[in-house]
Amino acid sequence: MSTKKSRTVTKRSWFKEFKRFPRHESSVIPLLQLVQEREGYVPPDVVRAISRYTGVPEAQICGVATFYAQFRFQPRGKHVIRLCQGTACHVQGADAILEHLKEKLSVEEGGTTEDGLFTLEVVRCLGCCSLAPVMMIDEHTYGRLTRRAVDKVLAEYRKEEK
Amino acid sequence: MSRVTEVQVGLASCGIAAGAEPVFHFLAKNLASQKVRVKPVGCLGMCFSEPLVAVVTADGERFVYGPVDVKKAERILEEHVRGGTPVEDLLAKENGFFAKQVRIVLENCGEIDPTSIEEYMARGGYEALRRVLREMTPQEVIEEITKSGLRGRGGAGFPTGTKWSFAAKEKDPVKFVVCNADEGDPGAFMDRSVLEGDPHRVIEGMIIAGYAIGASEGIVYVRAEYPLAVKRVRQAIADAEARGFLGRNILGSSFSFRISIKEGAGAFVCGEETALIASVEGKRGMPRRRPPYPAQSGLWGHPTVINNVETLANVPWIIRHGWEAFARYGTEKSKGTKVFALAGKVRHSGLVEIPMGLTLGELVLEVGGGIPGGRKFKAVQIGGPSGGCLPASLAHVPVDYESLKEHGAIMGSGGLIVMDEDTCMVEVARFFLDFTQKESCGKCTFCRVGTKRMLEILTRIVEGKGTPEDLDVLLDLGQKVKNYSLCGLGQTAPNPVLTTLRYFREEYEAHVRDKRCPAKVCRSLLTYSIEPELCRDCKLCTKACPVGAIVQGSGKFQVIQEEKCIRCGRCREVCPFGAVSVR
Repeated sequence: MSTKKSRTVTKRSWFKEFKRFPRHESSVIPLLQLVQEREGYVPPDVVRAISRYTGVPEAQICGVATFYAQFRFQPRGKHVIRLCQGTACHVQGADAILEHLKEKLSVEEGGTTEDGLFTLEVVRCLGCCSLAPVMMIDEHTYGRLTRRAVDKVLAEYRKEEK
Repeated sequence: MSRVTEVQVGLASCGIAAGAEPVFHFLAKNLASQKVRVKPVGCLGMCFSEPLVAVVTADGERFVYGPVDVKKAERILEEHVRGGTPVEDLLAKENGFFAKQVRIVLENCGEIDPTSIEEYMARGGYEALRRVLREMTPQEVIEEITKSGLRGRGGAGFPTGTKWSFAAKEKDPVKFVVCNADEGDPGAFMDRSVLEGDPHRVIEGMIIAGYAIGASEGIVYVRAEYPLAVKRVRQAIADAEARGFLGRNILGSSFSFRISIKEGAGAFVCGEETALIASVEGKRGMPRRRPPYPAQSGLWGHPTVINNVETLANVPWIIRHGWEAFARYGTEKSKGTKVFALAGKVRHSGLVEIPMGLTLGELVLEVGGGIPGGRKFKAVQIGGPSGGCLPASLAHVPVDYESLKEHGAIMGSGGLIVMDEDTCMVEVARFFLDFTQKESCGKCTFCRVGTKRMLEILTRIVEGKGTPEDLDVLLDLGQKVKNYSLCGLGQTAPNPVLTTLRYFREEYEAHVRDKRCPAKVCRSLLTYSIEPELCRDCKLCTKACPVGAIVQGSGKFQVIQEEKCIRCGRCREVCPFGAVSVR
């Protein structure tokens, strides 16, 4: 996951990891997903490796990667906060939670805190609408959020760090 | 009291989020030595009382408890499991939640262990497949589905049997069945719940579809944001392979079929058939012109049937019970049931399955239990961002494809957001358009630029800078975006704006003429003030104000300086005396 340290990997060793996918255009998205899962983001040099492997031009791979919301091109913080802005969360006041998170972390949407601990992302619907407003930190889901509940959760993560 | 034989804990994504895991571990640990089975199950539907625990007795009675934490689980364990007496005060209050529901797609959801193929089979699972392979020709399968009246549950409502017959007619030896599980509507979680709670049902439906059209390969296209669903489907495929339901010569027949998973990478437009195909092929998910329809020329040019999760989940039931049983439910043109994800300002938020033709009012007020906190039911957004906002005055409208369309909404995939008097319709329309605008793939000019201009106008209106002419421009532009877009995204994107303009025009007018937001939501149009006679001068608001806009008044009360106020509403939240008013 994203919390793993980024490794310096050569093209050859990426090819080893790619091996279970056919050398075909249809592998572009699964390969991008694999790279992001390992590195936490899609580093530019890996795009070249995917291009060599699949025979798809780099420009087209960049086009695909930027089209889908899932792919990122910057490393992320240690913990990723994904605040839901789906309809149910929206009508239950997720906006106020977003404002609060931005203020507490001093970051904008998509930004990473100075200490590299948190990245704040906004997503459309985590599918836990009955617990709205909801956010996920890494794989954990926190529901029925209030400003105070957010403070408590953030404090726990910070405490863990010390 | 009969003996307790099984304890079930709802461990779907939302159950886990509500804290069901510690409860499950506690029960599993304490019941390990006894003759009681503790098992994880999928969504029980009653999301409003998560985490849920169901206790089943030897004679088949089922008691559902919720919300349950470890402490309450201890009591259930002591009094009910060991003592044999149900704990009345902890039972989940369903208050008519199930009375009007009919469970076909969800018949197993929340009752069986989704990781166990045996449990699925014990409830008649894979019997339909067996029957199809032994007793029916592909043509007969298609006829059965056609006669049942099943229509696509992904939104557009195309007759499933017809779609299958198009693909079956093609001579190509390579054909595909794709299960569309790219549930991207914000506020919808039906497909996720079915995949997490009863994955084999969808797999079985896919195999039957493959047999009917003559395909040998199936693909489940599922959102990467649903990690648990992906995991469950992966396991279900492996288990079905091990049992010989998937693979070469299924159940000794000459029919072979395999299924693989493709994880979507997050693009709403990929719910559209041709965009989904492009995405599976490794391209940007952009739709193309139809015809040719995917059933004739789809994935890599081969005939491809794309069915939604819920559509496929209906198939095994129809084969097992016959088309007449299915067609008994619903209206003349919309047969069977529909699963809805009820959320928003509604008491029973959760997963419900209702027969088609139930009215909106019955759905929201009876199944949904009405609006919490004594507020007034104002509107429902049906069909997600492509659907429409229908006002409470249309509560008599039956839920079926044609009636909803007639009133400007669509069935959609089943997201249903309830709104009360505290929801501003202009702001909600802006919210939905903001979503579709960002998700527009950019291919068609009207969808790409038109929605952008509409969004700018709506943003202007909620900021209090709108003019009366803006409303006419919105109507005109909205109609054009609908007419001149290639795919469902653009053709439906203006729906929330057009329906709110149709049913709540006075709210728009209040925004543009009087610069007032009747629901008190649009920040720029609000004024906060403190009532001196209610204020006790505790200064909690002064401390809470992030911009220092609250100062001592001329007496024992606080005053908000309007020019400094950013209208964040925190003073109102913290005031213990209700002295902060908003206009």
